[in-house]
Amino acid sequence: MSKIGVLIEMSENAVKDANFGIITAARAQGSNEVFAFTINGEAVDCKDAVEKYGVEKVVDLSADGADLKASPDAFAQAIADAINHFEIESLLGISSTVGRDLMARTAIIQDASLVLDCIEVDLSAATVIKSHFSGKTFAKIKLNGQFKIYGIRPNVIEAQSDACQAEIVAFQSSVTDSGKLKVVELKKSESDIVDLTEANIIVTGGRPLESEDNFGILKACSDLLGGAVGASRAAVDAGYAPHHIQVGQTGKTVSPKLYIGCGISGSVQHFAGMKTSKIIVAINTDKDAPILGKCDYGLIGDLFEVVPALTAELKESQA
Amino acid sequence: MQVYVCVKHVPDTAANIVVVGENEFNESVKSVVNPYDEYAIEEAVQTVKQTGGEVVIITIGKEEAIATVRSALALGADRAIFVKTEAQFLDSSLTSKILKKAIEQDGSPDLIFMGKQSVDSEGMQTHYRLAAAFDMPVATEIIEFKLGEGKAVVVREIDGGIKEVSEITTPCVIGTTKGLNEPRYPKLPDILKAKKKEVKNIDIAEFGEDLNSGKNELVSLELIPDRGAAKIIEGSAQEMAKQLVTILKQDERIL
Repeated sequence: MSKIGVLIEMSENAVKDANFGIITAARAQGSNEVFAFTINGEAVDCKDAVEKYGVEKVVDLSADGADLKASPDAFAQAIADAINHFEIESLLGISSTVGRDLMARTAIIQDASLVLDCIEVDLSAATVIKSHFSGKTFAKIKLNGQFKIYGIRPNVIEAQSDACQAEIVAFQSSVTDSGKLKVVELKKSESDIVDLTEANIIVTGGRPLESEDNFGILKACSDLLGGAVGASRAAVDAGYAPHHIQVGQTGKTVSPKLYIGCGISGSVQHFAGMKTSKIIVAINTDKDAPILGKCDYGLIGDLFEVVPALTAELKESQA
Repeated sequence: MQVYVCVKHVPDTAANIVVVGENEFNESVKSVVNPYDEYAIEEAVQTVKQTGGEVVIITIGKEEAIATVRSALALGADRAIFVKTEAQFLDSSLTSKILKKAIEQDGSPDLIFMGKQSVDSEGMQTHYRLAAAFDMPVATEIIEFKLGEGKAVVVREIDGGIKEVSEITTPCVIGTTKGLNEPRYPKLPDILKAKKKEVKNIDIAEFGEDLNSGKNELVSLELIPDRGAAKIIEGSAQEMAKQLVTILKQDERIL
């Protein structure tokens, strides 16, 4: 039985959904003992959620000599100290902006092999599948380092229930802040805070939306679906949507169960950000739009008519 | 300021990739400066314009990568170091070791800029390894950079649209991304000037690294076929909406 660590990401004191699939990957059908890493007393909020998926130990990380949230290098050192203390063999985490950074810093300290944005992992063989060339190819990578770190694309691994009793174990690291890098401020966005990578259903708008207000049409639909609204690079560049909901190579990489692209032409760069979605639906007036050659369902029509019709249909079917 | 920019020669993201053998690809496709490195070059050039000094490009690549070296020079850099290799892929641990040696034999870096990732191997970690090699701090996905006395204020966007502002001491390594600046379009005079700028060629063997000692190994490459043509749904907006909801509920069991 190997001991595998999972970095837990929280949002508003709750465990992000994306963690559960990562835990499932770490658990590897019961072959591994999973240690969930949390900081700042989050262990208590986290335990009930993660033990449902097979986490047996929740590590409550702390450090007297550093503010772990404000010092990424100190946080990584604390993780490394815990890894060595508990004899953890590999570390997994969500390949999010924060996760990638933390895993990379930890990889440096551990002199580890690191692969980010994995789509599949095989912990026993130490191999992964990830994109190369913006989603055009799958690359199989073998991790040769003594310690291995796997950053996994959110939602590509299905979470599996594996209920057990988790124990909270405290660990204090003696790390002190070097002062070379510190977070000084967090600025919230003026628009709604949306974490696209947490959404199971995403409705995306392209340039044809023509205005910020029109994105409300998509929101009405995505709200009924219990999903989120995304945007293409063209829509963001035109000022119709904020950058943090941009899907694609220079935006977010998402893998929802359902992706509905409204007025999205389907460029390579956009597809790089959503290619692993389970079901892709396109709503487009152009029968020859590239997206229609590489998605599951295409509705040929004006999104300004089709999306409201879809919203109405969903309302009726839910009534 | 002595500013280095690490620039990679990569296939254009629109290029058609053909896999050759187990783990190689056909290189005779349109190749360009790694898009994320463009922001790095621009930030370096703007910084040196303020502070004085020079911008030196470092590229590791095959013979053909000289095109990217010249493009980088045309974007305002002063000179370049071109490390030649025959390998198609070098993992990040090897790349960072070579970059470190290439920079070290040239000068003492005050700042190192590079794109947050390459668009071909997408490793997203070379800058961390390079920073560690120099014992410098590193920050990446940077969309704002303000140089101060012995430090810089940097901003990155974390999940949910929150902007995280940090202070980083210099010298440091910065990973750049879209939003940091607007890379310039080189005009003909810049391109002509670039042809005359100094490019120092070094064979990778001179650095004495075992190119088989990487931390990651590319075992295989496989083309991902696109999904194939969509099932087309036509009719009035209401008819299509009804059909889609039925499909999503009954066939796909998503709703």
